[in-house]
Amino acid sequence: MNADFRPALVLRHDAVGVLSAMRGVFARDLRVAFRQRQDLLNPLLFFVMVVTLFPLGVSPEVSFLREAGAGILWVAALLSVLLSLDHLFRHDFDDGTLEQLVLQPQPLFLLVLAKTMAHWVLTGLPLVILTPVLGVMVHLDGNSIGVLCLTLLIGTPVLSLIGSIGAALTLGLRSAGVLLSLLIIPLYIPVLIFGTGTVASAAEGAPVGAYLALMGAFLVLALTLAPFASAAALRISLSNG
Amino acid sequence: MWQFFHKLGSPKWFFGIAARLMPWLLAGGILLLVAGIVWGLAFAPKDYLQGNSYRIIFIHVPTAFLAQSVYVMMAVAAVVTLVWRMKLADVFVKSVAPVGLVLTFLSLFTGAVWGKPTWGTWWVWDARLTSMLILLFLYGGVIALDRAINDEKSAARAVSVLVLVGVVNIPIIQYSVEWWNTLHQPSTFKLTEKPSMPAEMWVPLLLSVLGMYLLFGWLACLRMQTEILLREQRTRWVKDYVLAGRG
Repeated sequence: MNADFRPALVLRHDAVGVLSAMRGVFARDLRVAFRQRQDLLNPLLFFVMVVTLFPLGVSPEVSFLREAGAGILWVAALLSVLLSLDHLFRHDFDDGTLEQLVLQPQPLFLLVLAKTMAHWVLTGLPLVILTPVLGVMVHLDGNSIGVLCLTLLIGTPVLSLIGSIGAALTLGLRSAGVLLSLLIIPLYIPVLIFGTGTVASAAEGAPVGAYLALMGAFLVLALTLAPFASAAALRISLSNG
Repeated sequence: MWQFFHKLGSPKWFFGIAARLMPWLLAGGILLLVAGIVWGLAFAPKDYLQGNSYRIIFIHVPTAFLAQSVYVMMAVAAVVTLVWRMKLADVFVKSVAPVGLVLTFLSLFTGAVWGKPTWGTWWVWDARLTSMLILLFLYGGVIALDRAINDEKSAARAVSVLVLVGVVNIPIIQYSVEWWNTLHQPSTFKLTEKPSMPAEMWVPLLLSVLGMYLLFGWLACLRMQTEILLREQRTRWVKDYVLAGRG
């Protein structure tokens, strides 16, 4: 289907409260995505393919995969979120929806938060759902897979939130894709460290509560701060265009 | 106070001040750095454990020190750019980011050279080393974003947002020293973190750190002057300045 079928953003001024505006943005993003299903599938296929590269490229040994599996899945998930970030604001930027969003009476950061949440539901959540299958393929044991899914469940929203800042900053630039990765990967590293650290700790039979609490702290931090930064970056990028 | 603040926003005023300050910064920087390094390399006592190889500390620590504090300075300037739209703050961030990148690289490089005889390896995925590597990436990202945006004002504000986001990351990286070491090996501590350093060692170290600060100040002034000349090239005072310099 072509882009002309994209539903318009319909938010009427004062009559719409903040929450229903957020709900509107969220629902519209989901609707747009489901009308272009291939865009939804691509990051997932990418995720599966990157994971496939490691047994084939490095070693199919069970001992290696069991050791490195959680890290491989985390890196693959990180890369596939990174790949999908370009779509977060791009289409709305191109067809002018983003300007309408900025002009709404509701605070922009909340609308950005709604968009980011939609992005997570469309990319992060399917990755988490797909993880057990791939976890079995890299010979992780049941407990590790459970903990891995939990860390990805907490971690992927953080990736979406941090990524939204980079997507907003690089909006409308030449070679935005590579630049986006350059800006965002350093910020992803701590999430990756703690995500894989949690699984490693679980594999050794150590308690993981503290790690999960820290990852939760990341999530809270990203949830409260990242939308402000993305909203500021969006305004800058729009004034640039 | 406010008059000073407004003056600080004027590139022309800063250009004059910088010109007057620079000889002092350069002279002081070279003096302290030479004193610190000569004292450190030639006269400070040997380390009982590492022998002479520890002496790279007199170059390693100043660069590492500056690499981090330059980023913090950039963050302060970024706040000023976003809040008060002060031209000079943005000139500072733009001019200083490559210097920070080079300093971070130097600290990593000297660290690697030091690591070879001490740890027996050029590189360890230790928290401190990794955090400095991330800092290097952050500087690289700041420079890349600045180059990618053509419009000067948007570039300044976008870069400021990025610098500030990176700052949120810095304490996280710093504290990961403790968390991460509990996972991996806790033995690789740096010499600087030993409290038992005698005065003959830390005084020259302090001198070279201060010298590096002054030298950085000089370099920052120089690069900011160049940037100001580029940006203000259409104004009368720049024309007068350039013509006077040639004539």
